[in-house]
Order: sequence, then C-alpha cells, then structure tokens
Amino acid sequence: MRVNGIIGWIEERIDLSGVKHLLQEKVVPVHHHTIWYYFGGMTLFLFVIQVVTGILLTFYYRPSAEEAYESVQFLMTEVQFGWLVRSIHSWSANLMVATMMIHLFSVYLTQAYRKPRELTWVTGMLLFGIVLTFGFSGYLLPWNVLSYFATKVGTNVAGVVPIVGRALLRFLRGGDDVTGATLSRFYGLHIAILPLLTTLILGLHLFLVQQQGMSVPPDVERASAQQPIRTMPFAPNFLLRDLFGWFVALGVLAALAAIYPWELGQKADPFASAPAGIRPEWYFVFMFQTLKYIPARVGPFDGEVLGVMGFGIGGLFLLLVPFLDKRAARGEPSPLFRWIGIGIILYIAVFTALGYLAPGGK
Amino acid sequence: MLEERVDQGRRLVNMFLGTSLGAMFLSVFYPLVKYLIPPKLGEPTTISVTVPWKPAELKANSGRIFRFGSRPGLLIKTPAGDLKAFSAICTHLDCTVQYREDRQAIWCACHNGVYDLNGKNISGPPPRPLDPLQVKVRGDQIVVMKG
Repeated sequence: MRVNGIIGWIEERIDLSGVKHLLQEKVVPVHHHTIWYYFGGMTLFLFVIQVVTGILLTFYYRPSAEEAYESVQFLMTEVQFGWLVRSIHSWSANLMVATMMIHLFSVYLTQAYRKPRELTWVTGMLLFGIVLTFGFSGYLLPWNVLSYFATKVGTNVAGVVPIVGRALLRFLRGGDDVTGATLSRFYGLHIAILPLLTTLILGLHLFLVQQQGMSVPPDVERASAQQPIRTMPFAPNFLLRDLFGWFVALGVLAALAAIYPWELGQKADPFASAPAGIRPEWYFVFMFQTLKYIPARVGPFDGEVLGVMGFGIGGLFLLLVPFLDKRAARGEPSPLFRWIGIGIILYIAVFTALGYLAPGGK
Repeated sequence: MLEERVDQGRRLVNMFLGTSLGAMFLSVFYPLVKYLIPPKLGEPTTISVTVPWKPAELKANSGRIFRFGSRPGLLIKTPAGDLKAFSAICTHLDCTVQYREDRQAIWCACHNGVYDLNGKNISGPPPRPLDPLQVKVRGDQIVVMKG
C-alpha cells in the first residue's frame, strides 16, 4: 500500500508510462541462440563491480612513481580486505574483457549488427575500445616491472603510427620516456576520462537496445517465416535468468579472487633489464605474439609498422562491418562475412595460444 | 531601402557572432591542446658517466646495466675480455635489453630480439643495431661516453 502510494506520488509529477511499458511489454525471443543474449548483461554486471571496487581503490592508491607501488603494497598487506578489493578489481576486469569478447563475437556471428542496429554495433565497438584502454591504463597503475615494460612497448607501438606517431607517443607518455608523468596521465585517463566516455556511450548503447529490442538471427527469422517467433517476457522471466547468470559470475569471481589473489610483483626499475618471460595481459597477447614473428623489414616497410597497421585495419573493419555487409543488411545469407569473423576468432585464439605455449626464446 | 539596411545589419551581426564564436572556440581549445602536449625537457647533457664498478670486478662474458643520464646503458665484458658499452634500449619497441652469458649475446626479453657483441641486430624483430657508447678505462675507473 505504502509502495503504491509512493509510486502514485511520483506518477502525479513524472510520466512513468515509458518505464512501465518497458517492464510489462518487453519480450525476449526464444530460439536456439537465446543463450548469447545473456553476455551483454553479464558484461554490464562486471562493469558495475569495476566501478564499485575502483572507487574503493582510490581511497588508498597514490598516483606517483615514488608512492604507487608502496601504496598498493600497503593496501594489500595492511588494509583490511584490501587484497580482496584489489583482487576482485583485477579479476573482474579480466572476466569483463572475456564476456565482452563473447558478446562481441556472438553478435557478429548472428549478424545482429545488420540494419537497423548499425548504431548499436558501432557504440558497442567503441565500448570495446574503451574497455581495452581501461585495461591498458589500469595495468600500469601498480607501477611494477611487468606493467612498466608493457607500457613501454604499448606506447612505443603507438609511436610507430605514421606521421602522428611521435606526437602521439609523447602525448601518451607525458614526455619521451615512461616516467611518473606517464603514471599521472594514465591515472587521469583511467579514473576520469574513460568512466565519463563509458557512461555516455553505454547509455546510448542500452537506450538503442531498449528501443529496438533483441535481434533475431537471420536463419531463425527465415525458418519461422510464417509463424511468429516464440518469446518470453523480459520481466520477470528473462530478468531472473539474467540474475542467475550474474550470481554465477559473482561466484566465479569471488572464488578466483580469493583462491588466486592478484599478485603485485616487483617494483618497476627503469634501470633494470626486461625480465625473461615478459608478456602483456592475455587479451593483448595475440598482438604481442604477432609482433614477435614479423621480421624487422618486410619489403619496403618496417615490420612493426606493418603489424600495427594490420591491427588498425582489422579494428576498422569490425567497427564498420554493418556498412560493409550489404547482403546481411538486405536480410540475405552472408557467408563471406561469417567466414571473415570465424577467421578473426581463429587468428586471435591461435596467436594467444602460441603466446603461452611457444618457447619464449630461452 | 529599409530591407537592405536590415539585411546589412543582420550580416554584420552574423559576422560578429560567427567570428566571436570561432574566437571563443579557439581561445578554449588552443590552450587545452597546448596543455596536453608535455613540455620538452632540455636534451640530457650527459656526455660521460663513470660506472660504479672497477674493471677488475667484471668477469669476462658478463654484462651489467648502468645509468647513462636518464636512460639505461649496458656495459659488457666480452669472453675475450674487451669492455663494450651500448644504449640498453632495444631498437624494436623500447624494452631494456640484457646480456645472456649462455648465448654470449645481447637479448631482449620482450620480443626475443638478439644482438651480437658489437650491438648488431642478428635475429628477431629489432630493425637496427643498438646505439654504441664509448668505453675508456682511466686507472681503475671505467668511463662511458656518447659514441
């Protein structure tokens, strides 16, 4: 009664019919690809965990080359549950990248990017880029040996970009070398600029999803040309299943964070050699491994320039795929783009595996 | 007549508004962009450094990293007993190289680049040799200078 009273009070002042409509009328199609609908929501759930634990970490973290490592060490050894908060932040970041990749490639292979959802796809790809930047910038913040060299290599890769490379490198590093100035920049990027961009683009992404509803894969659409596709109500049927998935994710996250606490490693030392077995976070390993195999010169080009350009073109292709795949836009089968997608997935899988299994040049 | 005057007046206002908006835009973004570009620090004036080890302390077939100004340098004593020094920054993607006694070569752990004892890139992705530095032994001091 009281709840109804409060809702009534609000309704007298604000039009809530849109929200009500969404809760009562929104349906989710049921078919043999329905499982893929859960990974976007799971990524969002893990992102919320990132926001909460990230805010908690700022209470103890100090962004300077002199204090960063020590402040994380203090957090992990002295602060009650400090190790847990940091461990959850790191593990959740990795799980979020994983669920986001599953979301991205399942959307790609079910061609959900096709008309009229081009903008949903583009905002999703922008979010993908933002999350990778989150990962790259956050990795440096503890200021340990691994993150120091990963940042040297990563920013140097940006420096390889033709024409603007040098300026871009200085802009990213806050100077010519990776120093405390780089740490300050990455910190500002990680806790202010990227969260702001995420809020804006994620808001648009979710708005578009609500506006247009869930995409039905073309083969399911064609198979049921005559009769309407089976659906389930969003609330409560789909929402409860979503919730179940989130609980599973939370369970996996808590187990990983507690059983395998994220390590801090050695403090960065600009006057030490890069240690053997050095490697970036797993989601950058396929690019890292590729750079190992490309020779110094390929014809008239520098090897690394070629590699960086290749990945740039790959990213651009993914970003623009809704506008390139004309057949899917018309609702026709589009096997070429499906095979390109499978090729990209295989490339990433094989080179990531090589990064871990191939002898590290000992 | 009247319309023409109104027209002229409007054009004046448009021009004024247009350029002032442009000027405002510039006055906001010019300092912003300039702010984001880090200031150039003067080139490090380091031309010579005395490393903190004596020639006798270094055994043949070994290497050590030392500070050469703000950058790392690599001092090696070859199996033949010669002292050589290079910039320790890998020419591929900026990692810091190390001396590998087992291979008698200079190695970068990041992307498996290898240089020989003269700093020449011999395998892996490095595009050019390490920058050489000069080594001079003065009594029991080792002095390293820009090459």
